[in-house]
Amino acid sequence: MIYDKLKDIIKVYLPEDVNVDSINKDSHLMNELNINSAHLVDIVLDIEDAFDIEIANEDIERMQTVEDALDVIEGKLEA
Amino acid sequence: MNRRVVITGLGVCSPNGVGINEFWKNTLQGISGIRFIPQLEELKFSCQIAGEPQVTQDHINHRFTTLEQRGLNASGIVYGVLAGMEAWEEAGLPVNETPDYDTGIIFGTGILGVDKFREAIHKIDDGNTRRLGSTSVLQTMASGISTYLNSKLGCGNQVTTNSSACSTGTEAVLMAYERILHGRAKRMLVGSCSDSGPYVWGGFDAMRILPTHYNDNPTEASRPMSATANGFVPSSGAGALVIESLESAFERGATIHAEISGGFMNSGGQRADGSMTAPNSQAVRRCISQALKTSKVHPDEISAINGHLTATKKDPDEIYNWSRALHRKGNEFPAINSLKSMIGHGLAASGSLECVATVLQLKHQQVFGNINCEDIHPDILEHISAEKIVQQSTAIELNHIAKASFGFGDVNAVVIFSKFSG
Repeated sequence: MIYDKLKDIIKVYLPEDVNVDSINKDSHLMNELNINSAHLVDIVLDIEDAFDIEIANEDIERMQTVEDALDVIEGKLEA
Repeated sequence: MNRRVVITGLGVCSPNGVGINEFWKNTLQGISGIRFIPQLEELKFSCQIAGEPQVTQDHINHRFTTLEQRGLNASGIVYGVLAGMEAWEEAGLPVNETPDYDTGIIFGTGILGVDKFREAIHKIDDGNTRRLGSTSVLQTMASGISTYLNSKLGCGNQVTTNSSACSTGTEAVLMAYERILHGRAKRMLVGSCSDSGPYVWGGFDAMRILPTHYNDNPTEASRPMSATANGFVPSSGAGALVIESLESAFERGATIHAEISGGFMNSGGQRADGSMTAPNSQAVRRCISQALKTSKVHPDEISAINGHLTATKKDPDEIYNWSRALHRKGNEFPAINSLKSMIGHGLAASGSLECVATVLQLKHQQVFGNINCEDIHPDILEHISAEKIVQQSTAIELNHIAKASFGFGDVNAVVIFSKFSG
């Protein structure tokens, strides 16, 4: 399941004070999950490797919440 | 200036021991950390031996989170963090929740994250810059090591990385000493690190200054002060010290390992007999004399010397310079040793590794023995008697030890470490 794979990727980047159970579809990556903005590019690389897709810069800008990331992934997989 | 400066923490990541206890035990026993490195043979190096700290996954798990370990490919950072965190903890210092504006970091290097940079170079050349990841810069910028340490420690005073080739680590000690002396910081975490691997060592192999006939017996290759010395053995690792004002050390009840009485740094300007790779002898002697003057220690009071002594043709010159600068010769010369006989030349890490060893000597009142110099160079014996080159670890009354590092580019640093007597 895409969502589970994505959660596994994101949880590596969670700061110590945020639990993996806090992740849900409308979680904002930086504002709610407190992920360091510098790590967004790392999350994108992990997503590219896990799903064998390529994500463009414009797509990265769109990825604010977990739901946004799912949309981007599903979009690329359908292409 | 009545402020006194002392050492309250020590940490080390050395080819012959990771952690102070293992390092000191092995160093006293004359255990070498030089090994044959298969990768150097594959890459057709002439010198296929080197010193590399034997860092295990447990060591790494202890200091680096899972996240930090992702894409971590900078051995210098690993060594520096291991040594730095050990020194910090040993000094009894906390991880700061808010910036500690009284404490800084000076942690030097010569080149950092060489393997990570190579990774980046290949990706960029393949048109794949976008795949570099977010830590490529952090791992390869020279100040990456001081920055990395500070991400864990929260220091708010000066945080920087110095660089002066082989004198880097010793210079860092003196820079911190001066800062604390002038009241600009209460304490500093100090040290230096050097990556391991072919990309760091290759340039030296190309200069043909490394030993090439010891690939089958690596532990005998590094021979400072010996008649058969034939080049330095490349190495790597990190040493770390916490340097603090005496006032602050007393206030928080810290254990004091030794005191820094003084020191000096200078350059021979690459003039006279000085060059990129050889020191100007007069400048070396000046540096030693100035170090003694600033420390108010008389040359006769120096109990021992921990030399730069790399196992090149310059070793006899160094002994001569010490002898002249101290006005001591023959039997009057102090005991002398070189850690490089056991761990090779740690390049930018050498000064800090060797300062740590020097402080341990003062703390334990023991001089560690040199290995690989049963056959002392005859030029050396013209100035000092053989017994001064300690062959076996010995208990000696040690009050003051002079520690020197002489770096590529004709740069010199000399520190006078003293036993702390209250």
